Amino acid sequence: MSVALSIIYLIATVTFIVGLKRLGHPDTAKSGNLIAAAGMGLAIVGTIFIHDLEVPTIIYALIGIAILVGAIIGWLIAVKVEMTKMPELVSLFNGFGGASAALIGIVEFGNADIQATSASMVITVLSAVIIGAITFSGSLMAWGKLNGKVKSVIKIPQYNIINNVFIIAVIGLAAYMTAGSIDTPVLLYALLVGGLVYGILFVMPIGGADMPVVISLLNSLTGIAAAITGVLYDNMVMLVGGILVGSAGIILTVAMCKAMNRTLASVIFGSFSASASGPEGVNKTLGTIKTTTASDTAIMMNYATNVIIVPGYGLAVAQAQHVIHELEEILTGKGVNVKYAIHPVAGRMPGHMNVLLAESNVEYDMLVEMDDINPQFNNADVVLVVGANDVVNPAAHNDPSSPIYGMPILDVENAKHIVVNKRSMKAGYAGIENELFYNSKTSMLFGDAKAALTDLVSELKGM
Amino acid sequence: MQQIIEFINNNLQIVYIIILATFVGVELIKSIPAVLHTPLMSGANALSGVVIVGAILVMLHSNPTDYLALALGFVAVVLGILNVVGGFAVTNRMLEMFKKKK
Repeated sequence: MSVALSIIYLIATVTFIVGLKRLGHPDTAKSGNLIAAAGMGLAIVGTIFIHDLEVPTIIYALIGIAILVGAIIGWLIAVKVEMTKMPELVSLFNGFGGASAALIGIVEFGNADIQATSASMVITVLSAVIIGAITFSGSLMAWGKLNGKVKSVIKIPQYNIINNVFIIAVIGLAAYMTAGSIDTPVLLYALLVGGLVYGILFVMPIGGADMPVVISLLNSLTGIAAAITGVLYDNMVMLVGGILVGSAGIILTVAMCKAMNRTLASVIFGSFSASASGPEGVNKTLGTIKTTTASDTAIMMNYATNVIIVPGYGLAVAQAQHVIHELEEILTGKGVNVKYAIHPVAGRMPGHMNVLLAESNVEYDMLVEMDDINPQFNNADVVLVVGANDVVNPAAHNDPSSPIYGMPILDVENAKHIVVNKRSMKAGYAGIENELFYNSKTSMLFGDAKAALTDLVSELKGM
Repeated sequence: MQQIIEFINNNLQIVYIIILATFVGVELIKSIPAVLHTPLMSGANALSGVVIVGAILVMLHSNPTDYLALALGFVAVVLGILNVVGGFAVTNRMLEMFKKKK
């Protein structure tokens, strides 16, 4: 490798580290992203032009076309997509990266003279294929689940055992191919299919609420796949970049699990759906619900001193982030102190709600994180819960039999009045009843979040 | 066992890099506000598109008559750059929205 390219890779690697570092602070995040992107561009251009290979023009042309096509498509998707679709988009892009790694592995398997190369090289190629395939099909599966294309949560007994036996068989085949220096393409394709099937099996039983964790985990896996291909080419920028994503992704995954008070194992092997049955019997003991109207809610808010808004995924689905900002501005104009309480896993991904509200120009300072807002609920006159459910379920505090027991929640029940906007009494993603709705301080404002909030805004405007 | 030790010995530099980079990655992410988790995940996702470098190498090394390798390499480049450009663009779009109002 030429010195110039080595230096370019070195610079690119440093930009990745600096970029990731800066992405961790609100003030520097944007520049961090741009720095990393610039480094990536540098590495790509350097790879294409700096080498001592005799490359026919046709190949340069093909590379150029491929980059142009992919870049344009990627750009268009990124710019056009709605902010509510963000989690599935990340998943989709991640799947493409995984597929790319798998394809590289396939080509290199064909190139390498397996008999002559070392066993470690064969392992590297095969693991790139397997991990790449798993992330590809797994990410597509997660994407399908998040946008509702794939609905079924398959639960069959011994599912995990079947899954584990399957992946062990795939690994066993890879080991057999390595040990025996077998270069039959059929077996490689068998591995590829095995990886693809495992990706689907792996994500299939995991419920929608846990999808962010899965995406983060798959993201981390793609990093590892990239690092493995880096080993293959003895390419430092791929190696370090991949490992950085791999380890950062694992930490992020664990942080997300922690926010939901779950272990990674319980996410992967599932436990949420166990108690999904039987909510009907429970209703009777919880008491009755009280409904309210937009005008009653408006009056209550108009005379309040402190209002806290708890946004949830229902707000995102209804595209009500702009209306809620309007509501907040009107209330602020009337001298009401308004804040947003952001649960770490509100929406479908940590930070998802912040992005949505920021999109509608809500001031960053008004978004208060869970630990800071929880003591403030005691002073709140009205809490407006919009399309959130599990993150405000007191069962997390006082029902040890609940699957969400121990999950940190927003303590909205400490407020004087609670208004919950929901479309229906349907359970949230965890599939469990919420006793908050039956609390004597709670009134239910049924309806689509956007419609209900619009009514609320017009009522308030008339006051 | 012998093989594992041999592998580590032959690739000592790589083993060092992997260990150090792992710790760097962990330290970088450790104390990040939940607010930034989504953009961060998206940014990290864009970085994993670095695999495109490998895809380009595949194409540079392939024989112009090896249509299978070229076709697979072509698709790998398209998917890799999709991951890179889409990832960074989406992250940028998210972060655009974090601007503080003065």
